[in-house]
Amino acid sequence: MSHATAAPVGGKLTTPFFNLMALVALVGAGALVVRFGQGLGAASGMSDGYAWGIWIALDVVVGTALGCGGYAMALLVYVANRGRYHPLVRPAMLTGALGYSFAAASILVDVGRYWGIWKIPTYVSWWNFDSALLEVALCVMTYVMVLWIEFAPAVLDRWRATGTPAQRDFAERTGPRLDRALPWIIALGLVLPTMHQSSLGTVMMLPASKVHALWFSPLLPLLFLVNCLFLGYAAVIAESTVSSAGFGRRPETRLLGSLAPIMGWLLVLFLALRLGDLAMRGSLGAAFAATRYAAWFWVETLLLLVPAVVLLGRNARERASTQFGAAFAILAGGVLYRFDTYILAYDPGPGWSYFPSVLEILVTAGFVAAEILVYLWIVRRLPVLPAATPAHGR
Amino acid sequence: MEKLTRRQLLQGAAVAGAAAAGGAALAAPATAEARDVRDRQPGDVGLLYDSTLCIGCRACVTRCKQANELPVDERRLNGAPYDAPDDLNATTKTVIQVAAQGDRFAFVKRQCMHCLDPACVSACMIKAFQKGPDGVIGYDASRCLGDRYCQIACPFNVPKFQWSKAVPVMVKCEMCRHRKEGPACSEACPRKAVVSGKVTDLLAEARRRQAASPGRYLARIYGEHEAGGTQCLYLTAADVPFETLGLPRLDATPQPRLSTSVQHGIYRGMIAPVALYAAIGFAVWRNARKGGGEDQP
Repeated sequence: MSHATAAPVGGKLTTPFFNLMALVALVGAGALVVRFGQGLGAASGMSDGYAWGIWIALDVVVGTALGCGGYAMALLVYVANRGRYHPLVRPAMLTGALGYSFAAASILVDVGRYWGIWKIPTYVSWWNFDSALLEVALCVMTYVMVLWIEFAPAVLDRWRATGTPAQRDFAERTGPRLDRALPWIIALGLVLPTMHQSSLGTVMMLPASKVHALWFSPLLPLLFLVNCLFLGYAAVIAESTVSSAGFGRRPETRLLGSLAPIMGWLLVLFLALRLGDLAMRGSLGAAFAATRYAAWFWVETLLLLVPAVVLLGRNARERASTQFGAAFAILAGGVLYRFDTYILAYDPGPGWSYFPSVLEILVTAGFVAAEILVYLWIVRRLPVLPAATPAHGR
Repeated sequence: MEKLTRRQLLQGAAVAGAAAAGGAALAAPATAEARDVRDRQPGDVGLLYDSTLCIGCRACVTRCKQANELPVDERRLNGAPYDAPDDLNATTKTVIQVAAQGDRFAFVKRQCMHCLDPACVSACMIKAFQKGPDGVIGYDASRCLGDRYCQIACPFNVPKFQWSKAVPVMVKCEMCRHRKEGPACSEACPRKAVVSGKVTDLLAEARRRQAASPGRYLARIYGEHEAGGTQCLYLTAADVPFETLGLPRLDATPQPRLSTSVQHGIYRGMIAPVALYAAIGFAVWRNARKGGGEDQP
């Protein structure tokens, strides 16, 4: 499972964009001083009514779904045996590992009593098997490690090629062992997201009386699972397109285009499950009421329906701009579905409202920026991106 | 378009099988039996609050703060300081609110309802909330991670978080389980508007009051069935619906019923995840052994 075709991008790390991201990350770190010094109230717009804000809904619930590119590509390459997508796997594993790692970091910022988080994996006798959140926590903790192990061959490749003698020796010894174990680690890396991404849906089944009828559903686990798959593929397309443009490389339009039918059918499946379930439970009428809920519902649905039609059409797949547009719409619609379920369709009753505070937004922006910094640092030094022929050099 | 070989077809079938296993696991909740609802136990204790007797003196609020060593929630009105919490909060485990309609008004006391099948207990990852032998939901800060899923889950918005503390805990009524004498609020009430005791006795007392004053009360006891039943019960005047008092309209389904039956349906005996792991592991291992991919160069 080596990636003969991947190569470090190289080049100067501290571009103006990199420096800007470093600044945003630094500002976010500054906001964390307030959060840890004075508590969650001083740093966020959260309240006893809206006990979860963007640190959970965006950084964790959405962030991990965008990190499902690794999951989605591994399913295609290693289970469905579509080897031609191999060049897309390593970048997807990297964004997955980064997305999940920063989601884990966000959890540490969000939970009030973060110093006790080690109790979750260790105090087995305390485990509450009723809690979908426990399942999410255990799976995410394990999956972060699995993702970095799945990414380890990139580090070993680099050490083998240009490392110190000790590094080269380590890579030579560890590489074959890792290769033998990798199928079973990859399988773990497929089961864990299946479990916790569906459980992220189950989490919002518990507040049954507080989640709007257009989002509350007995199918929430299945809907969240399908949602993370098409978000994963869309994230792979977006990431590949943006990094091609950013590093001045030829975009992988044909390879990405061949993902179109898979995504298209996943979207059809999602919309059929979502609308069919609403119709069967007699909740579809709420979509035609003059409420903000109905408005969000239609924005969400159209943002997924339009790219489904485009991607299943014949002539859309050959154009990079169409792919990127469709991927962007899917990202917007799929992300909105998650954000709606956790925030906008969550109603704790009269008198409560939520809007993220400036510091809260700065922290989330800081995490995104830090993620980009680490991504750039890694792809410039390690063989991650496909060694494509430059379009106009850099 | 690549041509499908027989091997690929077989692999496709294996993948479909694994997917079906996963799908079946997700569909399992439809067939999973509903979890057991905790019946009322003879030892269950609770409160009965009678809105028609309450005069809004708030002695219960003050006594609760004394008994639980909670600071005042100071608000200034025309420059004068009052301990005037407007809702349950990080310094207030019980509160008296008023529901006014025109020149008519009624009071309502809020505190933890001590549900028979509590959402907070179902939510908590490592059991910081647990139901005691008397059904009282106790809180153990040493297990609490401050993730606040209990707040998201509770249909009554009861557990409160110390938002202004760097080392926060959750705050909610624990029926004064640290006091031998029992709840302080019922002890303080001059009008027997809030009484404490065994829930079976409280239900009988509520019915006795309803029968003794025909036409005075709404012919329902809030908490008898709401959210699967709660250990705190409410009586209200015939012309003041419970919703007017701000008590949420809930049916008799315990809040955790659906999510827990789904969770246990999918993860029963860990069979589905293990089967999925075995199926995927086999497929990946086979594909890797055969040289990783049909159209790999």
